[in-house]
Amino acid sequence: MAEKSLMSRKDIERALVRITHEIVERNKGARDIVLVGMQTRGVPLAHRLAATIQILEGVTVPVGSLDITLYRDDLSSLALKHVVQRTDVPFDITGKHVILVDDVFYTGRSIRAAMDAIIDLGRPQTIQLAVLVDRGHRELPIRADYAGKNIPTARNEEVKVYVKEADGEDKVAIVIPDMGCER
Amino acid sequence: MKITEQGSSTAIPEIFTHPDIDAWQRRHVLDLDDFTREEMELVFDIADAMAEVLTREVKRVPTLRGKTMVTMFYEPSTRTRASFELAAKSLSADTLSLDATKSSVVKGESLVDNLRTLQALGADVIVMRHSQSGAPYLATQYLNTSIINAGDGWHAHPSQALLDLYTIRRHLGKLTDLRVAIVGDIMHSRVARSNIWGMSTMGVKVVLCAPSTLLPHGLSEFLTRCRFSNVSIEPRLESAVEGADVVMLLRLQMERQQSGLLPSLREYIQNYQLTQHRLSLAKPCALVLHPGPVNEGVEVCPEVAHGAQSAIEQQVTNGVAIRMALLYLIAGGKRSNVS
Repeated sequence: MAEKSLMSRKDIERALVRITHEIVERNKGARDIVLVGMQTRGVPLAHRLAATIQILEGVTVPVGSLDITLYRDDLSSLALKHVVQRTDVPFDITGKHVILVDDVFYTGRSIRAAMDAIIDLGRPQTIQLAVLVDRGHRELPIRADYAGKNIPTARNEEVKVYVKEADGEDKVAIVIPDMGCER
Repeated sequence: MKITEQGSSTAIPEIFTHPDIDAWQRRHVLDLDDFTREEMELVFDIADAMAEVLTREVKRVPTLRGKTMVTMFYEPSTRTRASFELAAKSLSADTLSLDATKSSVVKGESLVDNLRTLQALGADVIVMRHSQSGAPYLATQYLNTSIINAGDGWHAHPSQALLDLYTIRRHLGKLTDLRVAIVGDIMHSRVARSNIWGMSTMGVKVVLCAPSTLLPHGLSEFLTRCRFSNVSIEPRLESAVEGADVVMLLRLQMERQQSGLLPSLREYIQNYQLTQHRLSLAKPCALVLHPGPVNEGVEVCPEVAHGAQSAIEQQVTNGVAIRMALLYLIAGGKRSNVS
């Protein structure tokens, strides 16, 4: 197992600032924007985007957290069992631009689940997707509106996002297995 | 795991403290006698997430789509059965409710054959209530389907005890350093038995209070022999309630009082009814619980049953969240260490 660093703390910071600019530009300001971080590492990223929007636009955008366990499509089949965490979206999302925030964008299945979960909470004007890392291998017709970095990967590799709130440091790394590497 | 009142869960560091899902390795829920503290805390944490679903406008998530839960009740019940049904429906499972008194049981079919039929019909979970203690244990020996015990005889009612503990945790914010008085017909109460197991494991101090005819024979010897150091017996209601954090009342089972266990209902009311005055002996914010159905004016006076300290209605609401958590843990997804 070799772990290779892909983004440093500074890289992550720059990517998040750029994403914030793109969000504000696309939505012509920060009015009617709400951020929803996906449990668990999407949540601190959403809070950081909100802090940057506050600096850029002087607007405080609401931040919620979303747990998609109850919406997964692999619950009854091969998946491991997951702990259900609390969804906490204490504001009305109807008519808002909901920006979903996740750390790694991979098959698209968790985003599909997240969209179902969001729609159960109300009827947003739009749902947009912001991710820190897009590693490819989509299995559903879903794309990211804002991506921090596109990283081509093999399926047997693992992309790990560390955030200081949970892991003590900010970085993105790729874990490459030693044997049977199929590029 | 910490035991905290859930409320401001947006605080970032807290969300990274996962309870351990691997603590759960069960296929059946029969009683709390073999539950660990970790398992119960896992159920409570998941119930917190389920409680959020129940506050939504659309109270439904697709988690158990395609699964079937059958409730098979050989004894009457309204709230437990309704609670399990609502829980299953909120998780999008199919539900089937069978009333044993109208089923082929009356034609002489045995319990096991009766349940085997439900299994053959494709039930993933059977929720059963039976008047015989141990009936669900018998069922697990013959079936592959998961069994949830919704009450067997005088023996156990685990989902009720879990929702009682969960209600205490939500209201008082913790389960440690608490004193709970369980008052009433302990002898015939499966709710009391499951609560004694659950509370002992969680480290709650339990005081059992009942006239001696409504306590099981040999209870004090049993408590000593099995080292229930947190459980004590107190025949006087005033002493049991004094300093209590929770007063849990049990229904006086009128149908079981014909056998002369009580001199008179009036005497019971005089000595054991929880009145406002007696409740004032407990801690100022003490919680009043009752598994229902309540005999108002018998075990509790109406002012207390509907008073500010009563959490009897919240118990019913929390029951749905607890049962959703149990159904999720039993029927949702495979365990990680089973291939």
